[in-house]
Amino acid sequence: MIKFLFLIVVLALTSVTGCAPGDGFDKSSSDKIVAWHWMTDREDAFTELAEKYKALTGTDVQFELYAPTDAYSEKIKGAAQTKTLPDIFGILADKRIISSFIKAGHVLNLSPYMDMDDGQWEKTFYAKALNVNRFLQGNEFEVSPGIYAVPLDVMNIQMIYNKDLFKKAGLDPENPPKNWAEFLDAGNKLHAAGIQGMVSGWGEIWMIDCLASNYAYNIMGEQKFVDTIKGEASYADQDWIEVFTVFKDMRDNNLLANGIVTMVNKHAEQMFANQRAALAFNGSWCVNVYNGMNPDLNYGVMLPPVYSDKYPMKIWGGAGASLMVSARSKNIDKTIKFLKWLTAKDQQAYLANKTCNLPSNKESLGEIPQALEQFVDDMDSVTHPSNLNVSEFPKVIEARDKGIQSIIIGEKTPEEVALEVQAVKIRELKKQKARK
Amino acid sequence: MQKPIYYKIKKFMLMYSTHILLIIISLSCILPLLWMFSSSLKTQATVFSDMSLFPQNPHWENFYIAWTKGGFGRYFFNSLLYTIVVVSGIVFITSLAAYGISRLKIPGKNVIFYVFLAAMMIPIPGAFVALYVLLNKLGFLNPNTGFPLLDNVIMRLGYILPLINSGLSLGIYMLKTFFDKMPGDLEDSARIDGCSVFGIYWHIALPMAKPAIAVIIIFNTLNVWNEYLLAMLVLTGKSLMPLTRALMVFRGTHITEYPLLMSGMTITVIPIIIIYLMLQKHIIAGITAGAVKG
Amino acid sequence: MGIRKTKKIFINYLFVLPAILLFCTFHLYPFLNVFRYSLFQWDGIVEFSSAKFVGLAHFKDIFTANPQWWYSMWHAFYVTLLTLIFQNGLALLLALACDRAIKGARAYRMIFFLPPVLSGIVVGLIWQWIYDGNYGLLNHWLTNIGFGHLARAWLADPRTALTCVGIVHMWKGFGWGFIILLAGLQSIPRELYEAAKVDGAGAWDTFRRVTVPLMVPVFVLVTILTILNTMQIYDLIVSLTGGGPGYHTEVPITRILAAMRGGSQLGYACALGIVFGLILLVVSFVQIQASKLAKQE
Repeated sequence: MIKFLFLIVVLALTSVTGCAPGDGFDKSSSDKIVAWHWMTDREDAFTELAEKYKALTGTDVQFELYAPTDAYSEKIKGAAQTKTLPDIFGILADKRIISSFIKAGHVLNLSPYMDMDDGQWEKTFYAKALNVNRFLQGNEFEVSPGIYAVPLDVMNIQMIYNKDLFKKAGLDPENPPKNWAEFLDAGNKLHAAGIQGMVSGWGEIWMIDCLASNYAYNIMGEQKFVDTIKGEASYADQDWIEVFTVFKDMRDNNLLANGIVTMVNKHAEQMFANQRAALAFNGSWCVNVYNGMNPDLNYGVMLPPVYSDKYPMKIWGGAGASLMVSARSKNIDKTIKFLKWLTAKDQQAYLANKTCNLPSNKESLGEIPQALEQFVDDMDSVTHPSNLNVSEFPKVIEARDKGIQSIIIGEKTPEEVALEVQAVKIRELKKQKARK
Repeated sequence: MQKPIYYKIKKFMLMYSTHILLIIISLSCILPLLWMFSSSLKTQATVFSDMSLFPQNPHWENFYIAWTKGGFGRYFFNSLLYTIVVVSGIVFITSLAAYGISRLKIPGKNVIFYVFLAAMMIPIPGAFVALYVLLNKLGFLNPNTGFPLLDNVIMRLGYILPLINSGLSLGIYMLKTFFDKMPGDLEDSARIDGCSVFGIYWHIALPMAKPAIAVIIIFNTLNVWNEYLLAMLVLTGKSLMPLTRALMVFRGTHITEYPLLMSGMTITVIPIIIIYLMLQKHIIAGITAGAVKG
Repeated sequence: MGIRKTKKIFINYLFVLPAILLFCTFHLYPFLNVFRYSLFQWDGIVEFSSAKFVGLAHFKDIFTANPQWWYSMWHAFYVTLLTLIFQNGLALLLALACDRAIKGARAYRMIFFLPPVLSGIVVGLIWQWIYDGNYGLLNHWLTNIGFGHLARAWLADPRTALTCVGIVHMWKGFGWGFIILLAGLQSIPRELYEAAKVDGAGAWDTFRRVTVPLMVPVFVLVTILTILNTMQIYDLIVSLTGGGPGYHTEVPITRILAAMRGGSQLGYACALGIVFGLILLVVSFVQIQASKLAKQE
């Protein structure tokens, strides 16, 4: 045993000192652009693009991947505290958190560069993708107005249905349900045919939040939605009760697959790809996922059927991943130049094709894979909570979504949840007032 | 004449039912591993639709693809290095401390012991930020000595030292438990023979604690081998990353390449199983250690 | 004489010195910072100097206005209790079986260690597949043996979700208890068993009179490790239920992380961590004291 230990120690010591045969680690060259990201699926594409850029301009760009996202977020926070953020980085969080980074002076306002040459750069992007990264005049975060990040791609989240299973249940695969009655009817028909309804990652609460806000827009319109966040309208309001009732209706009419409340999205994707559920609520990235798991899957994309005629249905969407420039970077001009190149038509088309994401550059649209086109068609209905000037308290969002889970498992009624959420809202508003 | 038969039947039944229990539990332990292995031989399209344990067209090339695409080679070396250094560091430091606390006269040793014990219990969620700031202050994150080799070692130490620290409490507690049980007569006779304190620790106490040390080695090897959060936080650049970084490649934000991930995980798990096989003997070697006492 | 004694004690201190040095740098220092953060309203992003001092307000909020936190604490207690009884019971049974010269003991020792080695991803995938509400293995078996009416979406039902997660946790963890207990059993001198046999003691008597007294410290060790390990359960929850349905499988660590990441309230999360740590501390020390009393009897 002692010999064994001794051996280990000796081995260890020799390897510590004897390792690192020319790792090529070179920190001193400050004109290299360093980018941190979390996008495992784009690592190869980024590396290739960086090589291309080096050949083109002679500038070194080094992409460094830190995943999974939890670890990445911690690293970004640590680097922010020590003021050692790289030239390019992304922040995976809502606007409230991003605003903290901005106010601490870590993120460069890109508006001057976007506006240059008659706004040439800005014009290449979908306005909706940029909106997610834009802070407007008079926003509640007290951030000076401007665009703070460059969108790399766009996405939206919709309902997806299995055409074969629809046919099997006697539903028209080319005309998916458009209104609430048709939708509920479809649920019952699917059930009668022994087919499970919708799957989605509702164990991860943000995906519930997504559908709930879709219907909030449909039922009360954007103005009232914003008023609720501001605290001027109540969650106990009839309109919000209706939003919660949407989920009760869906459950009562067999539209939700067994066990959806705690499902993780990867499991939901598995089920849908293997034809074990007729509907899915998922983002545009799913095209790639389904294609990998079941290339023969025959599916269509539809907007969530409207519940009310008062307001149009809106879906979540906008920038998928965005990159920011460090305000403390020593190479701001070079970095901007690189980002402009990265978001230009050819590079965007390359990224879109290689990774099956929708490009954020409108001009690259002609060259995207066909399967994604259905999603592009609905970009007009897209909105995102980050587009608003206000944002809801995390605790209220949690109460809302957990409440919806309780409705789905039949534990609480929509009215009860509405009252509970409002109670949390009032408490949070009070706390906010005390802070100011 | 009846009695022996009754006992024989009873003994037989007892053996039988024990074995059935053991076998059922064993199956539940083996099947997931087999599933992982068989999934690594399937394709993305068949991994969840083909439920057979032995796929008809095994894709052995998945292992090759996973190895090259994940860049396992370099990460493997890094993980090996980190594991060896961290685990031997933990064993050495904790056995010293535990021996001191258990057997030596150290004023205030109980306080020290309970502080370590307490540390084991308090999770420090905000510590990531604090740790990052600390490591930056100590110069572990961006060393600039002018010697790339030295920088490299310093950066690795920034990962190694916190990891050693994270294994301290448990190791000290566990070894103290074993040292406390150790009979004192051997130590006494060694002392009479003129052995130094360190000598007694090294020649007598350490060999006796073999089973506990084996457990500590296994426990920490597994921890270090599977660690990724701290690595991502502390290490900069691909060249220093451990094995878990290779697995990340197959776990996209949206897409998980299951067969490759499973191949990668199979590759990752093999060294751990080998280490366990090697150390198992030493856990059992406790028999001999016990025999010495009698 | 005095000098020699001091020198001796000094040498003795050298034994604990490396551990203390490392500990103070990488544990105590961050911990003191965590304690400091817990007194501030801070999101962990803006400079700490601009964070607002709130005193013990976070702690007050935890004790008066955070029922979900205490609910999550209860869940952790529940799973811990399950684990203490069933996982450790099983681990002891298996360790006892493998301590004897039983056929295939070597193989079993190998096999029982497989679940701890397995990646959390694989464990999550497999158990999701077992518990699935529609195509799950468990429902399939139940239906086959005539208990079809019990079939359900196991992880989505508030009555079963937490227990189901607990079962996975126990399955993944019993190997550790098994190894430590086995190591403990192996260090009991065989002659004691022989002696007991000569005295005519039966298997149960031997266990009670020889094994148990010698194993008390190891039992305490395993119990404390189980408590710590289970109270801090987290990975499995995330991969199996995400804390749902509702708040029914939330545990302390998921609450702390929710405050830290989702809510970006690092100060509050630190306060939660401290409260949690203190509770663990109290539980463990009560346990140690109780076992000391038991040993004296």
